[in-house]
Amino acid sequence: MIVAIASGKGGTGKTTVAVNLARAMGSPVQLLDCDVEEPNDNLFLKGRVREAHTVTLPVPEVDATRCDGCGECCHFCEYHALACLGGSVLVFPELCHGCGGCTLVCPQQAIRETSRAIGVVETVECGAITLVQGRLDVGVALVPPLIRAVKAHAQPGVATIVDAPPGTSCPVIAAVTGADAVALVTEPTPFGLHDLGLAVDTLRELHIPFGVVVNRVGEGDGRVHAYCRAQGIPVLAEFPDDRRVAEAYSRGELAVDVQPELGELFRRLHLGLLGLTGGRG
Amino acid sequence: MKELTVISGKGGTGKTSVAASLAVLAGRCVVADCDVDAADLHLLLAPIVKARQELRGGHQAVIRPEACNGCGECVALCRFAAVTVSTDATGGTRFAIDPIACEGCGVCVRFCPEHAIDFPERTCGEWMVSETRCGPMVHARLAVAAENSGKLVSIVRREARRIADEEAQALVLVDGPPGIGCPVIASVTGAGLVLVVTEPTLSGEHDLERVLALAGHFRIPATVCVNKWDINPEMAERIEQRARAAGAGVAGRIRYDCGVTAAQMAGLAVVETAAAAAEDIRRLWAQLNL
Ligand code: SF4
Ligand code: SF4
Ligand code: SF4
Ligand code: SF4
Repeated sequence: MIVAIASGKGGTGKTTVAVNLARAMGSPVQLLDCDVEEPNDNLFLKGRVREAHTVTLPVPEVDATRCDGCGECCHFCEYHALACLGGSVLVFPELCHGCGGCTLVCPQQAIRETSRAIGVVETVECGAITLVQGRLDVGVALVPPLIRAVKAHAQPGVATIVDAPPGTSCPVIAAVTGADAVALVTEPTPFGLHDLGLAVDTLRELHIPFGVVVNRVGEGDGRVHAYCRAQGIPVLAEFPDDRRVAEAYSRGELAVDVQPELGELFRRLHLGLLGLTGGRG
Repeated sequence: MKELTVISGKGGTGKTSVAASLAVLAGRCVVADCDVDAADLHLLLAPIVKARQELRGGHQAVIRPEACNGCGECVALCRFAAVTVSTDATGGTRFAIDPIACEGCGVCVRFCPEHAIDFPERTCGEWMVSETRCGPMVHARLAVAAENSGKLVSIVRREARRIADEEAQALVLVDGPPGIGCPVIASVTGAGLVLVVTEPTLSGEHDLERVLALAGHFRIPATVCVNKWDINPEMAERIEQRARAAGAGVAGRIRYDCGVTAAQMAGLAVVETAAAAAEDIRRLWAQLNL
């Protein structure tokens, strides 16, 4: 059973929900930190890295002695990662998606593929929690391949929580694809509501069951609740706006460690997510 | 013309609230909302849309089932596992392409022996030019489950610069996306100054380092503002030290103030209300000296 914690916008408490949920479960669980641009789960779990793997993407290399400058490869590349200038080919690795097309189309067999590192995937032991985290190299634009690598390192058959990146575009889709249910974390404010609406549109497009977690209740008003009621979206959990939680977070402490009474709320959230899958888990 | 890009590394640090206030304090400027994935600035600046344009970008492979001979070549060639194979009602094998997984690379289109794969353009969103109480605003909306947010960001910025040139505006203010990936790179490359709005938390500190490394990578001067600094004063101090050590400036601090959410509820920039934090943002603006 794979559940994903996502959020249309950053800073709604998505990471907090993911790590506390993992801790509150008490039984062996794997947590996949797919927020590879800013992986933060281990700031709270403080586990030791057991394994690290570099993730690479294939990237073309042109053999200038064979290339006759025909321009086929540059013409083919959909991402403008190749440019033909004065009869020779320039490669822009940061634009390359590694599709392999240029190698196949080159009539002179002048292209071979090498690999380029885009980040690392680390496995971290934190008691009952096994954390798998991705970390994108600075200056790398392509996020989804690294997210897919994080997911590929997960053990099948183990209860899994995915901490998805914020937003609604390709990285989020890469993270939540394959999840049995998603919790969308939001706050009861105009920004929270607006971004929740976008995330809901995306999940409906992907046909994944989802519910909402309202964080910092008390800070804004009832607009998120009204929206969920009108749309028939279940509210799976609510967490009060509490400066103590914010302060614990700032120090890298887990809310369920500081306020054990919150553990029950997280366990109920997990049951709610299981319920969304119609008992499939 | 100067271009200030407000980013945050970590999301939800109050970047958009700060950006809206800076736009108001600037009096008149060109505003660009480059957080196209979760564009919120319009909720505070109430733009009146004057022109909108659809953005088409990239392609998507589509198999014409009647032309497909079932050879499976496309499955073998696609590196993004976008070709799905299923069995239809008569027991035959059916090849189809998952539009969400397809990256539009064109490999299957080129090498299908039956030329059975079409390659139409896709819509990745729309961008708009609007008028606000602070001046013109360029913003965008990414289509549901679309790719190419980097491209949309580039268009929004380019358009904002063009308008600034045309109207001889001195400042382009960009509300950038969170993270360090493709949309962020598209919103900071070539900017005059990056303002990083962060928060005094371990995550804020961690993400700040990565964002400053990114700014350094592209050689863009950066300055830092710690929002809600009084949640953890020691951490605020530490973050500012780290920023200085990384060669970035420190532009000011903003206090924790529920007036910021209240302003958001009222659809106003913080500096248009009596919130205590407004004073801090005014000081920040003076410090930026744009
Ligand atoms: S297709 Fe091959 S021969 Fe032609 S320009 Fe590219 S690398 Fe050179
Ligand atoms: S592998 Fe694909 S994306 Fe990369 S340069 Fe070649 S054609 Fe372009
Ligand atoms: S390569 Fe073309 S003919 Fe072969 S299975 Fe794919 S679509 Fe059908
Ligand atoms: S266009 Fe590229 S990504 Fe899309 S299905 Fe064809 S080979 Fe796969």
